Amino acid sequence: MPTDVERWKSEVYGNEIREHLLEFAEQGWDTIPEDERDAWFERFKWWGLYHQRNGQESYFMMRIGTPNGVLTPGQTEVVAEVADEYARGPAENPIFGNGYVDWTTRQSIQLHWIKLEDIPEIFEKLESVGLSTQQACGDSWRNIVGCPVAGKDKHEHVDALPVAMELNETFKGNDDHSNLPRKWKVSITGCREGCGQGDINDLALEPATKEIDGEETKGFNIRIGGGLSRNEPRLARDIDVFVTPEQAAEVSGAISALFRDNGDRDNRYNARIKFLMDEWGAEKFRNVLQEEYVDFELETAGDDLRSEYSYNSGYADGGHSDHVGIHEQADGNYYVGLDVLVGRMGVDDTKELARIADEYGSGEVRITQRQNVIITDVPEEKLDALQDEDLLDHYSPDPHPFMRGSIACTGTEFCSLSIVETKNRQVRYARWLKENVELPAGVEDFHIHLSGCTASCAQPQIADISLRGMKTRKDGEPVEALDIGLGGGLGENPNFAEWVTQRVPVDEVPGAIKNLLANFEERREGDETFREFVARTDEEDLAELVEPEETSYEDPMMHNTKRTWYPYADDDSLDASPAPTHGDGTPITSDD
Amino acid sequence: MSVSLRVLDDGAWVSVNDAREVSVSELWRLDDPSFCGCELPDFVVENVLDVGADGRTVSAKVYGQCIACGQTGVPGWVPVGRLREGEFVDIDRERVVLPVRRGDDDE
Ligand code: HEM
Ligand code: SF4
Ligand SMILES: [Zn+2]
Repeated sequence: MPTDVERWKSEVYGNEIREHLLEFAEQGWDTIPEDERDAWFERFKWWGLYHQRNGQESYFMMRIGTPNGVLTPGQTEVVAEVADEYARGPAENPIFGNGYVDWTTRQSIQLHWIKLEDIPEIFEKLESVGLSTQQACGDSWRNIVGCPVAGKDKHEHVDALPVAMELNETFKGNDDHSNLPRKWKVSITGCREGCGQGDINDLALEPATKEIDGEETKGFNIRIGGGLSRNEPRLARDIDVFVTPEQAAEVSGAISALFRDNGDRDNRYNARIKFLMDEWGAEKFRNVLQEEYVDFELETAGDDLRSEYSYNSGYADGGHSDHVGIHEQADGNYYVGLDVLVGRMGVDDTKELARIADEYGSGEVRITQRQNVIITDVPEEKLDALQDEDLLDHYSPDPHPFMRGSIACTGTEFCSLSIVETKNRQVRYARWLKENVELPAGVEDFHIHLSGCTASCAQPQIADISLRGMKTRKDGEPVEALDIGLGGGLGENPNFAEWVTQRVPVDEVPGAIKNLLANFEERREGDETFREFVARTDEEDLAELVEPEETSYEDPMMHNTKRTWYPYADDDSLDASPAPTHGDGTPITSDD
Repeated sequence: MSVSLRVLDDGAWVSVNDAREVSVSELWRLDDPSFCGCELPDFVVENVLDVGADGRTVSAKVYGQCIACGQTGVPGWVPVGRLREGEFVDIDRERVVLPVRRGDDDE
């Protein structure tokens, strides 16, 4: 039987949601008929609006899709203005204040505390500079990701940016592809580093070369069915197909149509294409694609560049594992990658970012899959002055490895699926580790990713240290806890972290990392990386090296932060929540 | 009066009449030694899989784990609340011991 969600989608979905959304915005949140709320909130996702968690009713997370992470000149400023004016909540975050922008692991932007009533104005502002929230959430083509320096990189194999933009144009608002069984995540990589992280996407186009009619042709190999969610992580599988840049949109559309028609609409847990791939296998997948969805003969896969991939790889094999720092572009200008701790930037800093990008570069800003930002097109002679800007003291192009390696998802602050507090906690962890833990000599890349639940938005399974939200008891009291996994990464031979230690109370995790790193240093052979060390050590031994321990680190958020309306409010109890509220923030009372 | 029961946001919560009533991350004491061998599994809810009503009792199928021993899985139907004149009435799920009903459809 189709699910309720499928039923709602069959009634109203895709572009047509917009007019309803704008009408509700005009009339107020409380005019959504009570018995239609679930249906509308599900549909609003398609236009980038996700209802925030329990206790925050009537407030939305808004996601803005920025294809390939590119913010063209002028857009960053508008994002900052929109956040400043509309993304302020009824309570303040103790680290980030009120009004901030989240740069996400899929090169998008998330704002919080958005009121439905403000949507018409927000859409107008965003759209005036070509930004959109369309399909940023919901069951369709999500924001397309790729190498964030596509078209700028000195050594890239092909410039995949025009292909990413063509796919975005073709499949945003396209009625044939707007109602898929589930989310559809696409990655396109043209560089040699593997920065597109295709392995963890539904559809991956990866750089390759193929001899066609005697000619070496550059293009992409196709992989399908990657993803990290729900304790069921999968690496995308090679379906033995090569496409030229010209064929990319047509074949991607064919694959999306195959998914539309064959994905499981009866069970949302089984709907992602990774499960169809489990069922069919790569060979059948290719056959069905060829026979039923493509009119010309598909090429078999070409030679790929996977053995060179360095991004997020945990191996020291040249290349770069992120985009932080100052790097020369193909045109002789420079790009400057700034480290944004856990991806969150206050509105004033975001305005500064826009100003600096404009003053020293072309005005363009790009977002990476490690929650960082890049200022592009900076002429060499302006680099010194750029580095003197105050903003770079906080968002450094040369950060400490613990700052640089930190990624965290949304967690209990706003997300309904979460089990623990994440972003603020990861900031506290990174700061404590920086003060108290020495990294072994020569270790400059060390990735710690914290996700609040198994959905894995922070991509924990591909980090040196993976942290995932859990609970445990400490002295009989329930406390927030983390599972600890080790040794994940992408690169030539991607693998997911092994979860070696479960349910460590959150205040003992920094001690666990400290002890683990000391144990690594003691046993390290030569200058091997942490991931190499984990790979050659067996799981039981690894578990013994973790050694959770209390230290000088104190965690103010040990209690059940989900049982609050907002974990950082003075009175955080669910009963104290102002939500739901009217557009102006005043509580909606029953006699309204 | 008809009551709408559904699981939304990828198993994040149970909706009763379009209101959020039961959420992941709750910690339940289950009367179900067969789940893991612990006398009263100390169970954290990670995902809601299904919800249904049997007379006036609303029950849910959830995925999670016992934080005492680490066993993961799906216990039988767990009562999460009651219906009174079509309205959902909470039970104090984190304070009481919840009986678990194993139906015929449980493997
Ligand atoms: C309102 C808060 C959020 C909710 C409710 C939410 C929900 C989800 C869910 C349900 C999944 C797993 C679904 C699936 O793959 O089948 C997921 C995965 C993911 N989400 Fe989120 N999310 C939220 C915030 C975020 C944030 C802040 C980011 C990025 C920083 C993000 C990026 C991702 C990514 C990268 C995945 C990985 C899935 C994969 O590769 O398979 N989400 N999210
Ligand atoms: S990983 Fe879980 S807790 Fe974190 S944002 Fe994603 S769904 Fe929410
Ligand atoms: Zn147990």
